Amino acid sequence: MKDLADTSGQPPGAAPNAPPAIELRGISKAFGPVQANKDISLSVAKGAIHGIIGENGAGKSTLMSILYGFYKADRGEILINGQVTQIPDSQAAIAAGIGMVFQHFKLVENFTVLENVVLGAEEGALLRTTMSNARKHLTEIAEEYEMNVDPDAVIEEIGVGQQQRVEILKSLYRNAEILILDEPTGVLTPAEADHLFRILRGLRDEGKTIILITHKLREIMDVTDTVSVMRRGQMTATVKTAETSPEELAELMVGRKVLLRVDKKPAQPGATVLKVEDLRVVDEDKVQRLKGVSLEVRAGEILGIAGVAGNGQSELLNVLGGITRATGSVQINGQEIDLTGKYSDGRSRRERSIAHVPEDRQRAGLIMDFAAWENMVFGYQWDPALNKGWLMDNAGIKAETEGKMERFDVRPPNPQLAAKSFSGGNQQKIVLAREIERNPDLLLVGQPTRGVDIGAIEFIHQQIINLRDAGKAILLVSVELDEIMGLSDRIAVMFDGQIMGERLPGETNEGELGLLMAGVTNGGST
Amino acid sequence: MDFSTLIQVLDSTLRLATPLLLACLAGLFSERSGIFDIGLEAKMLISAFFSAAFAYTTGSVWLGLLAGIAASMVFAFIHGLASITFRGNQLISGVALNFLASGMTVLIAQSWFSQGGRTPSLIGGARFEGLELPFAIGPTDAAAAGRPLSQMLAEAGPLQLFYSELISGHSILVYIALAAVPATWWILFRTRFGLRLRAVGENPAAVDTAGISVVGLRYAAIGIVGILCGLAGAYLATGLQAGFVKDMTAGRGYIALAALIFAKWRPWHALGACMLFGLLQALALRTDVVEALFPFKMPVQLLDSMPYILTVVILAGFVGKAIPPRAGGQPYVKER
Amino acid sequence: MDVMPKWADVVLVPVVSLLLAMVISALVILGIGEDPWAALKLMVQGSFGSTYGWGYTLFYATNFIFTGLAFAVASHASMFNIGAEGQATLGGLGVALVCLMLPWPHWTLALPAAMVGGALFGAAWAFLPAWLAAKRGSHIVITTIMFNFIGAAVLNYMLVNVMRPAGSMDPASAKFPDGSNLPSLHDILAIVGIPFSKSAPANLAFIIALIACLLVWLLIWRTRFGFELRAYGKSESAAVYAGISPTKIIVIAMLISGGLAGMMAVNNVMGEAERLVLNSVEGAGFIGIAVALMGRNHPLGILISAILFGFLYQGGAELALWMSIPRELIVVIQGLVILFTGALDNMVRMPIEKIFLAIRRSKQAAGE
Repeated sequence: MKDLADTSGQPPGAAPNAPPAIELRGISKAFGPVQANKDISLSVAKGAIHGIIGENGAGKSTLMSILYGFYKADRGEILINGQVTQIPDSQAAIAAGIGMVFQHFKLVENFTVLENVVLGAEEGALLRTTMSNARKHLTEIAEEYEMNVDPDAVIEEIGVGQQQRVEILKSLYRNAEILILDEPTGVLTPAEADHLFRILRGLRDEGKTIILITHKLREIMDVTDTVSVMRRGQMTATVKTAETSPEELAELMVGRKVLLRVDKKPAQPGATVLKVEDLRVVDEDKVQRLKGVSLEVRAGEILGIAGVAGNGQSELLNVLGGITRATGSVQINGQEIDLTGKYSDGRSRRERSIAHVPEDRQRAGLIMDFAAWENMVFGYQWDPALNKGWLMDNAGIKAETEGKMERFDVRPPNPQLAAKSFSGGNQQKIVLAREIERNPDLLLVGQPTRGVDIGAIEFIHQQIINLRDAGKAILLVSVELDEIMGLSDRIAVMFDGQIMGERLPGETNEGELGLLMAGVTNGGST
Repeated sequence: MDFSTLIQVLDSTLRLATPLLLACLAGLFSERSGIFDIGLEAKMLISAFFSAAFAYTTGSVWLGLLAGIAASMVFAFIHGLASITFRGNQLISGVALNFLASGMTVLIAQSWFSQGGRTPSLIGGARFEGLELPFAIGPTDAAAAGRPLSQMLAEAGPLQLFYSELISGHSILVYIALAAVPATWWILFRTRFGLRLRAVGENPAAVDTAGISVVGLRYAAIGIVGILCGLAGAYLATGLQAGFVKDMTAGRGYIALAALIFAKWRPWHALGACMLFGLLQALALRTDVVEALFPFKMPVQLLDSMPYILTVVILAGFVGKAIPPRAGGQPYVKER
Repeated sequence: MDVMPKWADVVLVPVVSLLLAMVISALVILGIGEDPWAALKLMVQGSFGSTYGWGYTLFYATNFIFTGLAFAVASHASMFNIGAEGQATLGGLGVALVCLMLPWPHWTLALPAAMVGGALFGAAWAFLPAWLAAKRGSHIVITTIMFNFIGAAVLNYMLVNVMRPAGSMDPASAKFPDGSNLPSLHDILAIVGIPFSKSAPANLAFIIALIACLLVWLLIWRTRFGFELRAYGKSESAAVYAGISPTKIIVIAMLISGGLAGMMAVNNVMGEAERLVLNSVEGAGFIGIAVALMGRNHPLGILISAILFGFLYQGGAELALWMSIPRELIVVIQGLVILFTGALDNMVRMPIEKIFLAIRRSKQAAGE
């Protein structure tokens, strides 16, 4: 029996000779002029964990949204357990036993857990019996899969990890046999991710089929049985995980050989540029976001801040960038800067030679409807060099933009084009060009390569290193541990608004950093 | 102010609050489903005209009511088309419909009745008469006794006066409006439809991925808005007054909206807010009472604008924060 | 990637929307038993057929330019200022107080003072909603609607209880002194020898409106503040990242918006009525929304659509005079134009986009 399963490629939880749980044939989908999925075929065996990996914009999420009935395919058919199934909407997907956990959770924030679970799966027109039955059923499922949540907790008052559980419970409550998860670990600590993967393995062993969408090679290698690679809307390969390597998958994703390591010379740190002492931030809901952060960045070095999203890194960047007010002390080149008063805004920071590449370029770094040339001065529009008297020097700005676009390899190099018309990587290059060409003493960089295609990642990393080699100080925040390890000269790990410790990249490993990210220091848990 | 004056003012409050309450509950269903509607005014107005016009022509107030509701539904549907199907700007749609109703009613009225943009006065069965509740002193008792009603009421005890004048004697639409409050509460918080409606106003994507049609739910809400605004408009033209006159809603749609914010989108509070605003309107009609109540000379303009001023104060957050449904005003587009 | 070329977005879509609104309006006229073609001819004749007609058309257009610009400036900061009606009402009060305050010797002295008075009162009426929106997060649409009603009550109170001349039963102010009367278009054009109707109300304020168009264009697209205002209007989070203060943008944009709306009073109160009456704004504040929507919030577009609405107003008045079509037809057409160009924009846009997409696909297919 075991031998047969191995040779046929059947995963452990599968019944022999059963039709595949999911089969997609020739799926195509266009959004206006953009072809998101081109003639995609895919087969996933019952009881398998199947990974789908690909770059941002490769069409993974679109494909899965089609399977879940969220989008409608232009062409192609879907077979569930060997039966051709029409999935015009999510209702049909749910009826076919498919559940999906979206990257951005689809929960009603001011509803309770129970209300969210029940929504759309009510037993009758009145709520009374539905609610009492659902409460019992939910508790059973939660215990079975070790996913304890309080049914009466309000969604906006629980953490993201808990919210993700609610999403999974929602699917299980609807008796899903096929579970799709879109980038589920982005908001989790390594430990929470491991727990999630344990749950997924448990579900698989019960015969459920799981599709995991991710861009993280490590997760694919750790947890999946089989893996498909997508590139530019097409399915380029489907392989057994045991028979492939991260290098091979990376090459399949990009279509060429990729350097997974960054080449750089050793740093030559100079004088201290940024000195932060006892920085504290309390947000609108009176929650402490930064609990006394102290750090230093010197000229000619990159300090990387590692940590799971939501542990204060964003607040740190925002305080330094003048967006959020704080208490404590921040010095630039030995001079104190204003953290609460009139001069605690983005403009004052820029005047002090602090440049900021924000974490979210679409919501902060760029005005998506503005032309490239307008974005090229966004944040510096007050600079007398960009103005002629009362009016802005639009002609001069356009001319300068052309040069910057060329030097930063922005494609297409058209200053008139709106920012939203560029790809993620080229948008990021516009932001980098704007901030780096100001030749700042300190560069704040958040998630420099999030949603950026691999080709552009190398270029962006190189630009950051060039600035370092020019003797500038750089504070790098990223949730990608690989990026932190590759770029940083020193690494500080943040957890729960505090710095848990500092390490040198050559003297640490992902395991040690992962523990720090979860708040575990050598002395035990904090 | 004596007891009978108080009863009179409260009686008038109840009558004036009724159209506000119906429109306010309409707005509640709409906004709870995520659709802003500053066109409540339009729906009330168009219903006021068509109910009066049909009631006059057919002689039946009930046929008038149906025509009013139908007209209101058509306008509600256009708003739905603009804000749900074509994902347009809901505020602009509301502004447009307000104009359309204001112009159309006069245009058609002139074309049909040639009386300067109004309908002829309604009499008899073309108007909603007051219902006489059991044991109340009403017009029939007065007719039977052959004495004036006012005189009989003046002789009645305070309890009888309270019952006969304030509780009894209103048109059926007043009682329907009052009953709509608990009904709304029950639908919203005790039924599947209510759960889904509240969800779609907060996060339509959650509703969509749960396999429920966002468009369907929102059109359902729009339908309820049509009915409630239809009732409100019909009450104005065939209950409160006897016929349609130009722009007779006189900003009631906006006051209802103000009441909705005042009530923070909750049914029972909506009742309270509408009663308060109705009282202000009733006082504005009784300058004698106002003069007796206030030691200084209260400008009637100040009374008139009290609902608006109170709403601004509420919006300013000085009396607790008014948080509207989160998805309100935004058309639902599946993210790309 | 944009599906349509820019001209289709700026010209084709609004024109098709406008045509749709016109077709429905024609059906409405048919429905009340009149001849739409005859009505259109009468409207064109009445508003463009004589300098008298032009004089009225441009007079109305001047009002709409001011309120259209007012809406557009706020709109670029993503503030939906629905309160131009109230701001123009208060502007009228400001202009009237200035005109009545002094025995003005000549209009050249009275005009700047009246402009400041109108703008100041209009801006003041926009300030509280703006400040509440910036500091307390109040919804600007609701507060400005409320301020329209409160403004009407304030004017009512002022006219009935304060400004009404003793002995007059009419809720209106006294007549302004002769020294504050603005030259009419007849007087201005006479200088260059062009004959123009003497009895039409168009006046110097039209020229001021044209200058306002130019200044607003410069402000929005050529100045730092305009850059920051548009940036804030597109993305509040990005504006904060860039160090642009939302409070500053909201308050200043609304003050400019209210000021422009208030300046309208120079035209209707000072230029035409020469005294302050109840409801002198006559809905121009709301028409400004339609004008700005149709003009895509651009001063040139606003100028063109303001003249179009001026034509509707003057033509509509002619209809009421010569055919048995009530003046309210204008209100209907106005509603239809707002509906089609504003709210049902996508109904027109989506099919046009599909056509362009199909053309591009076939071109690509031919190219491959």
